[in-house]
Amino acid sequence: MESRVRVITNKKSLSEYISEIWSYNELFWILAKRDILVKYKQAILGIGWAAIRPLITTLVMALAFGRIGKLDTTTTIPYMLVVSAGVTVWLFFSQSLATISMSLVQNSNLVTKVYFPRLIIPLSSLFIGLVDVLVSIVVFLGLCIFYQFIPDWKLIFVPFIILLTFFACFGIGLIAAVLNVKYRDIGQIVPFVIQFGMFLSPVAYLTNSYKTGENGSWLYQLAVLNPVTGCIDAMRWAMLGDFSAFNWDSFIPLIIFIVVTFFFSIWFFRKHEDTFVDFI
Amino acid sequence: MSVLSIENISKRYLLNSKGKSNDDFRDTVTSWSKKILSPRAPKDEKKEFWALKDVSFNVEQGDRLGLVGANGAGKSTLLKILSQITEPTTGSIKIKGRMASLLEVGTGFHQELTGRENIFLNGAILGMKQAEIVKHFDAIVDFAGIEKFIDTPVKRYSSGMYVRLGFAIAAHLEPEILVVDEVLAVGDADFQKKSIGKMRDVSNSGRTLLFVSHNLTAVQGLCNKGAYLKSGELMKFGPIDEVITEYVKNVSKFQLNQSWEKPDNAPGNDFVKVKSIHLVPDESHTRANIDTTTPLRLELEYWNFKDNAELNVSIFLYSMTGECVFNIGDEAQFYQKGIVKSVCEIPGDFLNDGSYYISVMIVRDRLAPVFFFEDALAFDIIDYREGTEWYGKWPGAIRPKMIQIKSWQSELDYN
Repeated sequence: MESRVRVITNKKSLSEYISEIWSYNELFWILAKRDILVKYKQAILGIGWAAIRPLITTLVMALAFGRIGKLDTTTTIPYMLVVSAGVTVWLFFSQSLATISMSLVQNSNLVTKVYFPRLIIPLSSLFIGLVDVLVSIVVFLGLCIFYQFIPDWKLIFVPFIILLTFFACFGIGLIAAVLNVKYRDIGQIVPFVIQFGMFLSPVAYLTNSYKTGENGSWLYQLAVLNPVTGCIDAMRWAMLGDFSAFNWDSFIPLIIFIVVTFFFSIWFFRKHEDTFVDFI
Repeated sequence: MSVLSIENISKRYLLNSKGKSNDDFRDTVTSWSKKILSPRAPKDEKKEFWALKDVSFNVEQGDRLGLVGANGAGKSTLLKILSQITEPTTGSIKIKGRMASLLEVGTGFHQELTGRENIFLNGAILGMKQAEIVKHFDAIVDFAGIEKFIDTPVKRYSSGMYVRLGFAIAAHLEPEILVVDEVLAVGDADFQKKSIGKMRDVSNSGRTLLFVSHNLTAVQGLCNKGAYLKSGELMKFGPIDEVITEYVKNVSKFQLNQSWEKPDNAPGNDFVKVKSIHLVPDESHTRANIDTTTPLRLELEYWNFKDNAELNVSIFLYSMTGECVFNIGDEAQFYQKGIVKSVCEIPGDFLNDGSYYISVMIVRDRLAPVFFFEDALAFDIIDYREGTEWYGKWPGAIRPKMIQIKSWQSELDYN
């Protein structure tokens, strides 16, 4: 049994902070496991829901935008596949954003009763989305078989793009989680943002659609600033073979967004984590 | 060797002058906009509240430290700082070895998960490695006595099972320092015995125990050292008996008389106001202090402001631990405006030694409490014995001489 001397003061250095988080890695996994276990408990279909959600969303979006909105005439591959790539990213992004922003408040019984590095809570809450996104990809592959479409070698970039999506929502999610401790308004705003975000992001249409019509180039410039646009464009590039070219217009803003929000959110979290217990 | 050294720990909380923290968004926005619109307006003054002030002490290995103090004395704040839930404003604490704190048993249990899953979850939250949990798994289940329900979600557990499982996990942590806050209030007698036994084991194996409880008997039985906190300051630290004596001395207010000249500031309401209340030892008593043989007389006077009021008085006598020793009332009568006097005789050789307090209730129409004068008087009764060689603590809430045991030889053995 370790017998190290621990000192509690009101100052902690960055290296101590990081090594402390590392020493709690087992807790990190067990919290992630708990979230995944709990999510599909007492449901007959269990993990099957993770497949049904992207499938139905893709069907509905393809019907609304493709068939009724007549966007499917412009694409060379089945429109379902175009939408499925978008839905995979969007469901992962929105779900992760929702869980991470609520994570601290939902675990308030832990925050007020036991000590461990608080950053473990939002970090581990992200894993629940990871399981779902894997199932989403399986759904996409199923659709590929159905339409007899063969993706090319770029499929190996999919995990990397999922990681980018993860970081894109990590930063803002973490800031939202910290604010939510003090201002529960965030809990109201996030689902609302997710609701219309689905239509503002190119989930069921191509980013190029922004270019058409009046003020097209101006709208397009605005749309590429949306980090989800960057993620979806990259995902379509990786998943859909030659169909979609790599879009640097949305990728560069995405990378800048990730770097800025990541460091800012960690700083913001550290600044406020000591006072969580007083406000939660 | 000290395993825990606490040096000048203080904890400050800031309270807004309005008495509430600006925890909703609207308040923050309005206070910002006020600052921008009228920058010269006086700032909201923040009041400081020191939950702990310069507390320092050392705990040696194997000590069983009992932390006592009234509500709001800073016990919980100190435990929260020790378990790193909040940080101290100043000072530092050195902890040698692993510390497990049981501020509330079953912390982090998830309702949907089974007992088995929760053992692993809770163990990890309390800082146990997976391998350790596996090693102690059977012992935990056995101690909690939930073998049959191990694969049932804890949301279907009874509250007793829930608490037993929570305590069992923490007790098997094998920490060098175990911090326990008031768990003995739960569970049945059998489980309480088991818990105390487990805590004894912890300290007998050279580990250290920090125990917080309002149950002074449990603290006295379990701990060898004590720390007494009063409004954030450490009043006394030392052997448990001395600390408890000091604490009890401080807590008992010892008030035998209260009286008011005029009704203006007297306690009460529009119906009645208390004029005076006295507890007088009987004239036949000659020793300086009230002891177990002393007959006592309780005298109460109150103003009645309503004509034709049907009133009666109800007297509550409580022991120091808050248990009601007795509650008696008189016959209701009709009174006119003016002063009403009530007298109650408490015989000698009736109450045991200890601290007591008295509350008085005035009741209208035989059913409606008009005024409840809580903790009106407080007094101590000291021990007095004759003709005995035994000086241990006499057990019991009362010590009535009027109940007597008669014994005689009923048969002779002729062999």
